[in-house]
Formats: sequence, structure tokens, C-alpha cells
Amino acid sequence: MTGARDQVARLLALVPYIQSRREVSLDQAAADFGVPPSQIVKDLNVLWFCGLPGLGMGDLIDVDMDALEGDGVIRVSNADYLSRPLRLDSSEASALIVALRALREGSDDDVRPIVDRTLGKLEAAAGDGAAQAAEVDIRLPERQRQVDELRDRLSRAVSDQRQVRLDYYVPTRDETTERVVDPLGVVTADGNTYLDAYCHLAEDQRLFRVDRISSAEVLDTPVERHDGLEPRDLAAGIFQPSGTDLLVTLRLDPTARWVAEYHPVESSRNERGGGLTVRLRVGDPAWLVQLMLRLGASAEVLEPAGLAETVRSVALEALANYS
Amino acid sequence: MTARKSERLLNLMITLLVSRTYVSKARLREVVEPYREAGDEAFEKMFERDKEELRSLGIPIEVGYVDQGFEDEPGYRIERSAFELPDIDLTPEEAAVIGLGARVWQHAGLASATSDALVKLKAAGVSVDRAALSVVQPQLTAEEPAFEPFWDATRTRTPVRFDYRRSSAVRATTRHLQPWGVVSSRGRWYVVGHDTDRSQPRVFRLSRVQGDVVDDGTPGSFDVPPGTDLRAITRSLAPPPADRTAEVLVRSGAAHGLRRHAQPTGGEAPEGWERLRATYGAADAFADEVLGYAAEVVVVAPAEVRESVVRRLQEAARAQEVTL
Repeated sequence: MTGARDQVARLLALVPYIQSRREVSLDQAAADFGVPPSQIVKDLNVLWFCGLPGLGMGDLIDVDMDALEGDGVIRVSNADYLSRPLRLDSSEASALIVALRALREGSDDDVRPIVDRTLGKLEAAAGDGAAQAAEVDIRLPERQRQVDELRDRLSRAVSDQRQVRLDYYVPTRDETTERVVDPLGVVTADGNTYLDAYCHLAEDQRLFRVDRISSAEVLDTPVERHDGLEPRDLAAGIFQPSGTDLLVTLRLDPTARWVAEYHPVESSRNERGGGLTVRLRVGDPAWLVQLMLRLGASAEVLEPAGLAETVRSVALEALANYS
Repeated sequence: MTARKSERLLNLMITLLVSRTYVSKARLREVVEPYREAGDEAFEKMFERDKEELRSLGIPIEVGYVDQGFEDEPGYRIERSAFELPDIDLTPEEAAVIGLGARVWQHAGLASATSDALVKLKAAGVSVDRAALSVVQPQLTAEEPAFEPFWDATRTRTPVRFDYRRSSAVRATTRHLQPWGVVSSRGRWYVVGHDTDRSQPRVFRLSRVQGDVVDDGTPGSFDVPPGTDLRAITRSLAPPPADRTAEVLVRSGAAHGLRRHAQPTGGEAPEGWERLRATYGAADAFADEVLGYAAEVVVVAPAEVRESVVRRLQEAARAQEVTL
């Protein structure tokens, strides 16, 4: 039963937490511990029966129940021996230290020294628990700062329910379009951050990769309601092909097998020599043509023949530029 | 039920914490009520489980002898200095850094570890007001299922084995690794360690690990060699800096993506075309980008990129002829 273990863990923090502040409102404590106030009350009721060995008069921890029930204020006394929380264990210390390093990577010159000082103090307090953090390295992508800034702004637009005007670059069409969207959520999948929104240009729900948004202006206009529109669950990955998309069969050489890792395929068959034959749904044929040009000899469109013809004619047209 | 057990665990812990000497089992049985009421066998079982449960919370329970002169009766205690979080004195801005840091992880397990750490720091008197500092909030994600087992194995220095498929390989092979650390580069996670099959350091991309990561030895059974530089390894995973230039012809009004890292050369160009100088890092990646624009972009120089583009266009045209 994990209930008691979690409760003891919470109490070992709750008692010093209250003692270091003399008194705390029940609601504040619940918010700081991320549990409902009723749970904090249950926890305090356990304390009532705890104390120094023997548990005689004067040995028990004293919880001021009148203050709790009357004013919603927690006071604890007779627990001097629990004035400090437990040490950070190695998983807590390393997770937090690595998080601060990520914060440091993305921060400005004026903030970085503050993060450094905090890291120093945290590492000193964590002692041995900090050892693992030395073996973790985070390197953020170059445009990460811009992406973080945009994500912050877009997340606020989601919670404030405001429309956003975007300049968005669509690589398969090689065009930047301006559009107004009703943001539904900011999500991450496959290492990228996306804005999930209803797009007034497409008149449908769309995902926008945040690193392809060149500008985003939050408008004063509130979002419009769209019946039956749900924020997307990206647990299954970013490509969620639809049954109406074009079904394409490709032959992939061993060196092109990665294609099947990056895009969900409907079926996949191993071929002699290490290649694959895959069937996949393609929403935008232009994307597939670009992919095939990159793959050169290592892939071939088996079906539909019309798409194979398109790839060939696009390749020949481009080659004509070089002759 | 939960409340009774919590009381028992807390009373056991307090007894061990406040005692100056090792406490014998007999004494524990006197002072902790449920132990007193239990039969001999039930007490032993209960006590063993309770000890393990406290240890799993990170509470250091030491074992020694009640009487140092006669090493016969074992006893237990909790050393306060190993139990308590040392003083940590943070300015409001530094506390805000901690508060922001606790929101960085988007991975369930790591996010809960950071919020547990935050609760402990609040219990040590730290007051967190995130608004005390204006900073852009980064996020760390780790969607690879293999992330958590490797994170834990790194933390506990436990050798592991797992099935791994290189991108060009047909089948996965079983690999044995002493994991030194994990690195994140461009949103992807890698594990670095000593590959015991190949007797060499190796880097594995977590998204290519197939199936479960299995413990393959005891915790603490290897050390990270002194001088191991994970930063250097991460650097080698990053794309090369865009310090090379190519001359290209771009059709007017096309290739907007490429124009983002290109400048006009001012040189002459055929009617309907513009001559640009583009910066790039890796020749292959740049050729990929150019191929994406098909007939809209022509590489003039360097020859390396130009030939790569021409070759792949010829191959792509020929490959389709089998079908047609």
C-alpha cells in the first residue's frame, strides 16, 4: 500500500514547513503540497497520535485543532525534532539541477548569474544527491529561445482565449501565409512544439510547428466557439493520417529504412537484402515528391503510378536546369 | 488503515531520530504500540517492512550495536546530519529560479521528482514567488520510453542490456552497456556509456532502443572514468555551424525558406532568376534542402553540393522508371 508511504513523506515535509512559518492557512498548505485541503486535514489527524517514544503526556505532537477548524489555520508545536525536511534524494536533486541547467541555457546575460548562484547553493545542499547531475548534459536547439518565447505567448493566448494572427511558413508549399487562428492548446511531440488551433484561413483545425511561426500577434478579439472541436491528443505521434489521404506504396533500400521510423506506416514488409516495402498515407503529395528527390536511388514509388510519374517529371525538370 | 500505518512509521522514525544511541528491537517493541501488540513473527515481518519503507523514502537507517563493548545486540538509529536537508538560504530571485525550474520537465516521472524537491525546499522555509523573476520558461521533454530506465540506471550506476537497431540495420541486436550519462541534443535523448561487447565508449539514440531496458548487473558496479566529457560528446551530435557558403540561382518569388539564410550576391542572373549566396553547415543537409525546391533552385557552387544534387535527381528519375 503506497498510501501510508506517501502520507509519511508529506508529513515529513509538512511539519517543518509549518514550523518554519509559525502558522499557515490550510488553503495555502494544500496549494503548496498539491493536494486537496481535506488531505492535509487527514494528514494532521495522523500527527495527533505521533510523538516521542512512550507517547506519554507532553510527548505528543500538538496540532491546534481549534485554529484549524475555526479559522482554517494550521499551527503545530512540540515537534522541535522535526524542524528540517529530509535531504533531497538523488532523483529529486538531479532532476531539479538538470532543469535549472536547461533554464540557464535559455536565459539572458542578466539572469544567468542568478541561475548560477542558485545552482551552486542547490548543489551544496544536495551533497551526494547531486552526483548524477554531473552526467547529464542538455544542449538546446539554436532557435530554442525564440520557440520558448513564442510558446509562452501562445500559452497565454490559449488561457486568455484570445485570437492570434500568425505568419506561418509551410515548407511543402514554400510560402509564408498570414492567418488568424483560435488557439486550443500548445503541445509537444517528437521533440517539437506545436500550436493546436482552429485556422480561419483553412476553416479547420490545424497544427502549427512553433519554430515555423515567424511572428505571432495576440489580438484583443476573443476566440470563436467551434462545436465539436477538441484539443488534440498527440500521444500517438504528430502524424495522424486520415483515411481520405492518398495511400502510397514505397520500396525502401536499407539506407532509407529510417523513413518508416519517422512516419507511421499502414504496413511494412521486409525484403531480401534488408530493404522494406511500406504502405503509408500521404496528406500532401508535394511532401512525398520532396522526400523522393532526397532519397534518390534508395527509394521508389510503386503505387500509384501517377505519383511515380510526378516524381520523375519533377526530377527531370530540375535536371534540365543543370544541362 | 492508512492512518494507522502512517502513525506507526512516523513513531518508529521519531524514536530512531531522537535517540543518541542505537535502539534495540526489544526497546522498539516497547515504545511502538502496534509492535507491542503483535506476536513475535508478525512483529519481525512488520518491522522489516517498515524499515524498508522508510529507507525507500530516503531515510538513512543505520545498523550498529546497542552496547559498543559487547557486540551482541543489534540496534538501529537515524543520524540527524544524514537525515536533514542542510540550510539553504535563497534570495527571492533565486527562489523564483527554483520555482521555474520545477516546471521545466514535461516528463511525468521527472516532473514529480522536481515537485517533490520543491516541496522539501518549501519545507526548509523557501518561499517561491515565480513572478520575482522575468524569464522565458524552457521545457524539457523526454518521450522515448527508454528514457526513464536509462536515467535511473545512470543514477544508480547499474549496467543494462537492451535491443538496439541502427538506422541502416535490418534487425535489432542486444547490446550491453555501463551507462555513464544521458545527453539531450536538438530535442533527442542519447545515452553515453561503455559498450562492454565492443570494449569502447558508445552513444545510443534512445528512440532506436526497442523493447525493455533490463538491469544487467548490480547497482554501483562501475564508475564513470574520470575526465569523461559529456559536453564534448553532445557537441559532436550537434549539426556543424553554418560557416560555409554556396552560390545558388533562385527563381524570382520562390524558395522563401532558403532565402532566410541567403543574401543576393549582386552578380548577374538569367531573366526570372536571382543569384544568391547561402550559408550552410553540412553539405548533405544543404543538398536535401535544395532538392526540396526541385526546379526552383540551382546550385552553382561548390561542386560538392552541385554534384550531389544532380546525382540524386538522376537517381530519383531513374528509380521511378522501374514502376512506369
